[in-house]
Amino acid sequence: MTSLAITVVGHDRPGIIAQAAEVLSKCGMNLEDSSMTLLRGHFAMTLICAGEADAAQVEAALQPMVNGSLDVTVREVPEEPDVPPLGATYLVTVHGADRLGIVARLAGVIAEAGGNITDLTTRLSGTLYVLLAEVDIPRSADVEALQARLAQVSAELGVDCTMRLLENDQL
Amino acid sequence: MLPTLPEGRVLDVVRAPSHTLSVPGSLVDPADPLIVQLCADLVATMRVSPGCVGLAAPQVGVSAQAFCIDVSSHPKTRTSHGLIVLLNAEIVEASRNERGREGCMSVPDLTGDVKRATKITMAGQLPLSGERVLISTDAFEARALQHELDHCNGLLFLDRVTGAHAVYPRKVYQQPGDPLAP
Repeated sequence: MTSLAITVVGHDRPGIIAQAAEVLSKCGMNLEDSSMTLLRGHFAMTLICAGEADAAQVEAALQPMVNGSLDVTVREVPEEPDVPPLGATYLVTVHGADRLGIVARLAGVIAEAGGNITDLTTRLSGTLYVLLAEVDIPRSADVEALQARLAQVSAELGVDCTMRLLENDQL
Repeated sequence: MLPTLPEGRVLDVVRAPSHTLSVPGSLVDPADPLIVQLCADLVATMRVSPGCVGLAAPQVGVSAQAFCIDVSSHPKTRTSHGLIVLLNAEIVEASRNERGREGCMSVPDLTGDVKRATKITMAGQLPLSGERVLISTDAFEARALQHELDHCNGLLFLDRVTGAHAVYPRKVYQQPGDPLAP
């Protein structure tokens, strides 16, 4: 059994996902976790699939999709064990006028505190820049100090930043 | 007023993908001894399940319009009616939608963002007597009632998520020193 990480990026058109999924199915590869979105109009898909085919076989099978407007990459990846997080999950939201370095500076602050970003979306809409990040914060971290540091760096960048606890309601 | 129920048995909770979770439950006769026992079993199973604030018949493999909730000890609760057991329930009024992230015993490894009314009135029948009751509530109790009613109608939170990126792996936090902790 091999696990493959596949990316497909390029010009969007109807049918890309259907075509990629059909190829993987014919190769006997089970599509496990995947994420697909449009990034500034570009099609962008990342997925993990598992089965008996190797990376070269799958890459060759996907070649008909690569027609000058789509890039496809395939590589084998090891099994990643599930590591339960220690601590809690926070949602960091940022919005403000676009400028260079917003993600770099704020992600740097989070990393310095030992926070691990598990999901990130950014959108540029006109001059408005929006960042949403889910962050696992270790129990040992000083959350108030991190919030203060994020506020300080956000002020330097001229953007507004909030960080709030994300709670799950078990029903 | 909830009638006294017989002693309940603890049942196994079924998980998705189980067909029972995806079909609307049948209307039930509140006086049917099997239904009364089912209600008692739902309460007993809810009580022994850690963190469980509600359970519906399809979650124990029975396709029926019956559920129980008790949110009285949950920190997000505002109004609480204590233990509620309702049959053949339906929503009469619902307003003030809010998005919240939900998990479910029948979908143990995922959570999802779901919009629910924060003020509702629900009608239903009590077991045994069949008395029709109206429950008006808010906040967490309203969310729990809607989640359980969805189960009775064959719906999971997965059927109601707010978007294609609104389902997440459930994170189970561990105390430092747990054998599985990194």
